[in-house]
Amino acid sequence: MALDRIVAPVIKDAIDFNIQLKPYQKFSLDNGVEVNAYEGGSQEVLLVDMVFYAGNSFEQKNWVAAATNFLLKNGTSTKTSFEITDAFEFYGAHLNRTCTNETATVTLHSLSKHFHEVIPIMGEIISEASFPEKEIAILKQNQIQRLLLNLKKGDFIANRLIDEYLFGFDHPYGKYSVEKDYTAINREDLVAFYEQYYLNGKCVIFIAGKFPSTMESLLNKHIGQLPLNKKDITEQAHPIISATEKKYSIVNDAASVQGSIRLARHFPNRHHPDFPAAQVLNNIFGGFFGSRLMSNIREDKGYTYGIHSYLQNYKHAGAWMVSTDAGKDVCKATIEEVYKEMKKLREELVGEEELKLVKNYMLGALLGDLDGPFQIISRWKTYLLNDLTEDYFYNTIKVVRSVRPEELQALANTYLTEEDFYELVVY
Amino acid sequence: MIQFEKFQLDNGLKVLVHQDTSTPMAVVNVLYNVGAKDEDPAKTGFAHLFEHLMFGGSVNIPVYDEPLQRAGGENNAYTTNDLTNYYCQIPAENIETAFWLESDRMLSLAFSKKSLEVQRKVVCEEFKEHYINKPYGDAWHKMRSLAYTQHPYRWMTIGASLAHVEDATIEDVKDFFFQFYRPNNAIVVVTGNVQTEQVKQLAEKWFGPIEAGKAYVRNLPKEPVQEKSRSMDVRADVPLDMLMMTWHMGGRFDEGYHATDLITEVLGGGTSARLYEQLIKVKQIFSSIDCYHFGTVDPGLLVIEGKLVKGISMAVAEKAVLEEIEKIKNEILDAKELQKVINKTESVICFEDMSIMNRAHSLAYYELLGDADLMNKELGMYQRVTPSMIQHTAQQIFQDNNRNTLYYYSKT
Repeated sequence: MALDRIVAPVIKDAIDFNIQLKPYQKFSLDNGVEVNAYEGGSQEVLLVDMVFYAGNSFEQKNWVAAATNFLLKNGTSTKTSFEITDAFEFYGAHLNRTCTNETATVTLHSLSKHFHEVIPIMGEIISEASFPEKEIAILKQNQIQRLLLNLKKGDFIANRLIDEYLFGFDHPYGKYSVEKDYTAINREDLVAFYEQYYLNGKCVIFIAGKFPSTMESLLNKHIGQLPLNKKDITEQAHPIISATEKKYSIVNDAASVQGSIRLARHFPNRHHPDFPAAQVLNNIFGGFFGSRLMSNIREDKGYTYGIHSYLQNYKHAGAWMVSTDAGKDVCKATIEEVYKEMKKLREELVGEEELKLVKNYMLGALLGDLDGPFQIISRWKTYLLNDLTEDYFYNTIKVVRSVRPEELQALANTYLTEEDFYELVVY
Repeated sequence: MIQFEKFQLDNGLKVLVHQDTSTPMAVVNVLYNVGAKDEDPAKTGFAHLFEHLMFGGSVNIPVYDEPLQRAGGENNAYTTNDLTNYYCQIPAENIETAFWLESDRMLSLAFSKKSLEVQRKVVCEEFKEHYINKPYGDAWHKMRSLAYTQHPYRWMTIGASLAHVEDATIEDVKDFFFQFYRPNNAIVVVTGNVQTEQVKQLAEKWFGPIEAGKAYVRNLPKEPVQEKSRSMDVRADVPLDMLMMTWHMGGRFDEGYHATDLITEVLGGGTSARLYEQLIKVKQIFSSIDCYHFGTVDPGLLVIEGKLVKGISMAVAEKAVLEEIEKIKNEILDAKELQKVINKTESVICFEDMSIMNRAHSLAYYELLGDADLMNKELGMYQRVTPSMIQHTAQQIFQDNNRNTLYYYSKT
């Protein structure tokens, strides 16, 4: 019998998969710091993620939180910046720092067999960071140069401005640094922030991978004795002050051959009951390669290399965002097409076939995203830091499986409304 | 140690299987032995444009993506100067969908005029986004054409100019397809929750009937030994001066390859590396600096590039880099520093091998080099490098006549 290449092989629908979020283990160190652990994986590696409530929403001066986070490993009372990095790198370990709105993290990636060699240094950084003047000066100088470079890029400008329009410049989600913020920082600012939010700060730990048998005692010895979690750190409320004007067109570089387009509206955070179904609607709209925006604007018209929509899910507020870089002469046409796709979702029901495809795609991708110890702990981390439980995971799956075209149309009429979107093009 | 099994179909297609039952997923990776270096110098950018066209429908399946997404799968592809690689990750139970899709586009594309027309535009926008509308975006175009005079590494995968992409015709597309996209010029790797017997059956069923093509004999011009150092001045609307230097190095099979890779680590790997510590921290001449190479199959380039601190002259920056170069040539590497870069390499390999996707990419790549098992021997090759091999290799590469320098000045 000749091979039939026209008809697709039989598949098992991803909506019928039994998708489980594997549970994590939890224990506390002597000082009360919680450790959330997922053990497993095929390689002899591990990660330790120390999350501090030290994000930029806690700072009084712009850039203090990020600079403190960055400079943690640039000197302690006994080691120079070079000695610290060299000590990690000698064992093939990596220490990364990231600062976001609410939290700032220090992340260690290490071979399991060398963990006992590097965890003491991680402890030392948290307890004895010294913020040498010279390191601060070098960071400021290089940061200013990096900013000069970034200010040449339309997409960089666009990302900053759209957040400012949505949340206001005085809100942690809307603010950004300018050159004088970098020059205005001094050592006292950093030391004070460090003492309050790291040395005596609030911390939660996530670990994943293959653990040595001494994992718990090593963490206790090097982290568990620090004066962490002694007092509660309260988050300040920041009012959102959005721009009144909705449409912007900015020329950053007259010779630019493309425009960076951002369209965005406010959207609730993950705790809102509309969130799971909105993720389905977002996928149909512009959330993956087979989405309507991508099919229309890239695959049919060739206006752009890529166009995406996504739900910006910060802890306290969010946004629904469309982002693309398009040829200068087709920016206007691109925006029109985005609005046309919104209108279609408001006025017409999504077809059953398309909806089924998106559901299967989302759940198949979810199955892939949960593959591996680092991925599993990362998902738990997101949930725990956003005050969500595993109910959120299973509810999202339930909604993705069951949501109907009528519900999506109703959502489109609530949220995909042209007049609520900020519109920005940076050339 | 990554275990795998390997077999070959009658049409020449090589198939490798690596089983990992801890995951519910599978990866199907199809590598074609064709890259930008195989292009006609008058039609550059074609291998990459072609990668886009591979998603524009095949002879029996009008759209590639939809059936894959319906089966819960995701996919992507990339083109380098040496190869083109397509991969999809899919729940293991639906793996046959990936075989159906990949085999149909190996059988024949639909050669749709509309797809060509649209993807030409998309690639032009990609070109603009990454190489025109971006500070220093043209630096590598300039460096490649400075460093290479003969070898096709002298152009980038995106193409030497927008015009080459814009001029591509459907005849070019057909010729390219039937020359390179044949089973005997491809390697399929399947990793994840699969069994070799099952993969054998699926491979025979879907790829077996595809006819072999004429064997591709690669006969690329060799880059002659560079006899004099070359340089180029560029002035552009960028905020900072940039210095970029390259030296010719051996290819993937060169006996000095692993030592060369470690040299780039000693100089530029991380913030404890020499260039970062000396030139950013101690001397404060650069605000950023990197040292790396591309790991190309044919002889490649070792690169040092950095942005200068404002107020520092190009001559001072160049001298400072060359002092570090002299050091690695003249002073034997400390055993501890060598151990560090070997440990780092071991760590990189372990972390990379965590995902079935990376394992699939690596198996395919090493099989292209001649034997997938090289993947398991790689760490041993690094561990055998000695301080004197580092010094000897550094002396061979860092010769002045072997150097190309791009002085990229800020106009403002």
